Amino acid sequence: MLLIRCPYCGMDRPEIEFRHAGAAHITRPGPPDRVTDEEWAAFLYLRDNPKGRVAERWRHIHGCGRFFNAVRDTVTDVFVVTYKAGEPRPPESLAPEALTPEARP
Amino acid sequence: MTGFRSPAGGRIDRSKPVRFTFDGRQMHGHAGDTLASALLANGIHLVGRSFKYHRPRGILSAGAEEPNALVTIDRGGGRETPNLRATQVELHEGLVARSQNRFPGLRFDIGSINNAFSRFLGAGFYYKTFMGPRALGGAKLWARLFEPAIRRAAGLGKAPAGPDPDRYANRFAHCEVLVIGGGEAGLAEALRRSEDPACRVMLCDEQAELGGWMLVEAPERADEMVEALAARPNVTLLPRSQAFGAYAQNFVAIAQQLADPLALPDPDSPRERLWQVRAGEVVLASGAIERPLVFPDNDLPGILLAGAAETYLRRYGVLVGRKIAVLTACDSAYGAAFALQDAGAEIVAIAETRAAPGAGEMAACAIARGIPVLPATTIIGTTGHLRVSGILLGRLRPDGTAEPSGGFPADTVLMSGGWTPSIHLFSQTKGKLRWDEALGAYVPAAPAPGQAIRVSGAAAGEMPAGMCSRALGALPVPGSPDRVKAFVDFQNDVTARDLRLATREGFRSIEHVKRYTTTGMATDQGKTSNLNSLGIVAAETGRSVPEIGLTTFRAPYTPVTFGLFAGQARGDLFDPVRRTPMHDWAERNGAVFEDVGSWKRAHYFLPRRPVDPAASGHAAMHEAVQAECRKVREAVGLFDASTLGKIEFVGPDAAEFLERAYVNPVKGLGIGRCRYAVLLNEAGFIIDDGIIARLAEDRFHVTTTTGGAARVFGMFEDYLQTEWPELKVWQTSVTEHWAVIAVQGPRAREIIADLVEGIDLSDAAFPHMAVREGRIAGMPCRLFRVSFTGEFGYEINIPAGLALPLWEKLAERAAEFGGGPYGTEAMHILRAEKGYIIVGQETDGTMTPDDVGLGKAIGRKKPDFIGKRGLMRPDLVAPGRKQLVGLVAEDRSRVLEEGAQIVPDSLAPAGTHALGHVTSAYASAALGHGFALAVVEDGRSRLGQVLHVPMERETIAVRVVEPVFLDPEGKRLHG
Repeated sequence: MLLIRCPYCGMDRPEIEFRHAGAAHITRPGPPDRVTDEEWAAFLYLRDNPKGRVAERWRHIHGCGRFFNAVRDTVTDVFVVTYKAGEPRPPESLAPEALTPEARP
Repeated sequence: MTGFRSPAGGRIDRSKPVRFTFDGRQMHGHAGDTLASALLANGIHLVGRSFKYHRPRGILSAGAEEPNALVTIDRGGGRETPNLRATQVELHEGLVARSQNRFPGLRFDIGSINNAFSRFLGAGFYYKTFMGPRALGGAKLWARLFEPAIRRAAGLGKAPAGPDPDRYANRFAHCEVLVIGGGEAGLAEALRRSEDPACRVMLCDEQAELGGWMLVEAPERADEMVEALAARPNVTLLPRSQAFGAYAQNFVAIAQQLADPLALPDPDSPRERLWQVRAGEVVLASGAIERPLVFPDNDLPGILLAGAAETYLRRYGVLVGRKIAVLTACDSAYGAAFALQDAGAEIVAIAETRAAPGAGEMAACAIARGIPVLPATTIIGTTGHLRVSGILLGRLRPDGTAEPSGGFPADTVLMSGGWTPSIHLFSQTKGKLRWDEALGAYVPAAPAPGQAIRVSGAAAGEMPAGMCSRALGALPVPGSPDRVKAFVDFQNDVTARDLRLATREGFRSIEHVKRYTTTGMATDQGKTSNLNSLGIVAAETGRSVPEIGLTTFRAPYTPVTFGLFAGQARGDLFDPVRRTPMHDWAERNGAVFEDVGSWKRAHYFLPRRPVDPAASGHAAMHEAVQAECRKVREAVGLFDASTLGKIEFVGPDAAEFLERAYVNPVKGLGIGRCRYAVLLNEAGFIIDDGIIARLAEDRFHVTTTTGGAARVFGMFEDYLQTEWPELKVWQTSVTEHWAVIAVQGPRAREIIADLVEGIDLSDAAFPHMAVREGRIAGMPCRLFRVSFTGEFGYEINIPAGLALPLWEKLAERAAEFGGGPYGTEAMHILRAEKGYIIVGQETDGTMTPDDVGLGKAIGRKKPDFIGKRGLMRPDLVAPGRKQLVGLVAEDRSRVLEEGAQIVPDSLAPAGTHALGHVTSAYASAALGHGFALAVVEDGRSRLGQVLHVPMERETIAVRVVEPVFLDPEGKRLHG
């Protein structure tokens, strides 16, 4: 069972307290009458599925209840870093102390 | 002493004899014995039949690695566990053990005929033959006749037929250091780390006694160390506890045996406990496992590992035989030979696969003891059927071949191919391994990033040189090695020949060889076989062992019961059940319940239970439901709607949030007014509906469907937190705070009127779709004037803890008026007569508000709401969408089947495109005929058309009608 750091609680908590909530940094386009069908279809359905690091939304549903973002490696299942909703995805060259122990070089 | 028990020594309690049976035969052992040691003390080596060839098998080892001695333990009362390793089963009074995979008996087993056909049962047998050879009558006959017979013939113990009567527990724990393994290295590590009283140390070991090999060699030292540890309050010792899985971030799963094996099973205490331990650091001190040597017929009972023989003698006081031969590739087997000789056994010879045995010290010792030592010698064959009776020796020539060189009679053969560090758990955590040429084994190199796991002692390769051997693979034999059966994987019956065959057939990757031959894939996970199979594949393909690579180690290290994983989550505790405050009343009054999500809801009420529910169930239900519907339409009905999801929204932006969330306009909703509201997903499809009630400028009471409550609440939370975090609004789930009693029917006002305080119930003051806060029967309530039946009615929201007395009072009154309770089935009929949809029944995740006739609910002027842009998608506005309509069969008494397809033509051939399907269908007491709701392509333009519903035996003609069957003007609603 993985430990995941909730950026709001500031604690590593077991993964059973969390729920995955899809890709992160997907902006809801608007207003509706200015959005093309292609843009809306992309918002609804098109997601990247890369091998390696992905930014995802997670919710600390059985804890503080907050949604937050995480960079996770789909190959190793390592959580590289977690950060609050609304914050930009951290750069790849993060200082090691910002990373989870598993992700440190 | 009888049999093979030594006169003194060992850890057993000789003052405590213990009776047990094996295959019905009554025997004696001692407290402290394992089943294996007790059987050996009774001179029994033959304990099982092998998986595929049904070859007689004996006890190979003295620990968790045992591949052969698998038995079924029957503790009575359905407590039957198959495939337990006799080497780990603690003996207790009255223990009942049975051998497996034999018929009719262990000594004569019909299945052993497989051994004669073994040429056809080799590597890849299943892949090659289960396709169904033509010669045996083709695939059909094969599948019916031969395949089941073959599958039956192969196997281990039988799973018990009944439910497991035992209890299992689960516990989470945290510690600074978790030590896995209670041998010398583990105990020393635990002692050292626990000197700091702030350091919580846990230590687990699969055996009943801690000490590991020290229990053989230096038991007093083991006792001292365990005593010292037990005295420290910061130390938790877990004997009988197998760490079977190691996971990321120092997380370890441990299976602990709890029930005292010396006592009868106590129904109130669990049998096993699953520990899930998160440690600051894991120290793996799991020791090493001795490797068998691969020579012809090395699986005969009486042939066992040298270290096991020494364990049986020195720890359990058991001589494994009287006339013992030894075959070894390292020094450690000498210790066993010397100990057995001292205990009175005759060591006929020590055959050394090495040309120059070690440094010669042990060999010189043996010779001094009068034991012949034969260098560069192997075993090329054995005599005996159910037990070894002699060995045939072969001299190893420098070119790697062997020539016969005589033999010895022997009732026991000890073998030692060196020791393999137990790195399974380290490898499970994705730690890197390194091939150590000197040890002839893989050892831990570096833990995976972020893993604090350290390996200590023999598991780390810290072993005396005498335990090491580079002899991997099969030993030479005279002539073709494919003529003999030299077993590598005892449990899965894989021979050296199978592995060679697989490489000849082109398998190169060790992962493929493993799957094709099944080597290492049995329940023992190849603990004794992995390195020998690597050695054979390496030799056969001309590569080195590290070039071959290693197969993946997976949890569990040893088999774990299903009960351990299920824990308490069985039966009633498998899934929580939600009951409303009126549940017990409903039960007393004949309710038949249905499951809706995790809720129990009254489906219908059978005031007088039929004598035989199976015989008259359907008719009785029909009668009850029709009566319930009549009561609502003609008098008054009570319905427990407490399961509805309820969310309270508070804050200055509450109206703004709901305006953006639901399709309906909300900001203009007056205080004290309600609105039926539809919720979409962003694709534009209906996912929920409910009532939005405005209690104050900044306070709303919103209902959701019963099944959608948690999902909708979570979705709103998502939008609040991440999409519109600027909105000042707070949502709270109040589903369980409010119980809801729906009072529906023409007499509804009469039965509540004199109970209500502070609310004017007149139509003018309190019209349809209004909400008021006040008191009822002295209790606070939120009173809704709403209806899901089409009748005049209320939904009384009352704090759940106060609901039952009110319900009881209303039920009494309803009965006086000729009314009564109704269940969800009647509710479904009543709402369908009015054409009210149920989300999930009329909708299926592809329906828009317009599709179900709710287009007028959409707030067209709103700049945005969830799903607004979705509704503009071309396919959602294109003609030909399925629309909600009513259907009445031309034979009006017919009730259609829900889910039935609808086609235009009565003679439509199979495969005809369906126009739609029936979503709801009932018999209606109010209408006097059957009716249905359906979704049909362009349905609203088909009113009056006759369509057809093809069924299995007939096609039913139906007429398309408006979906509102009763009171389309809504006169009844408004009273």
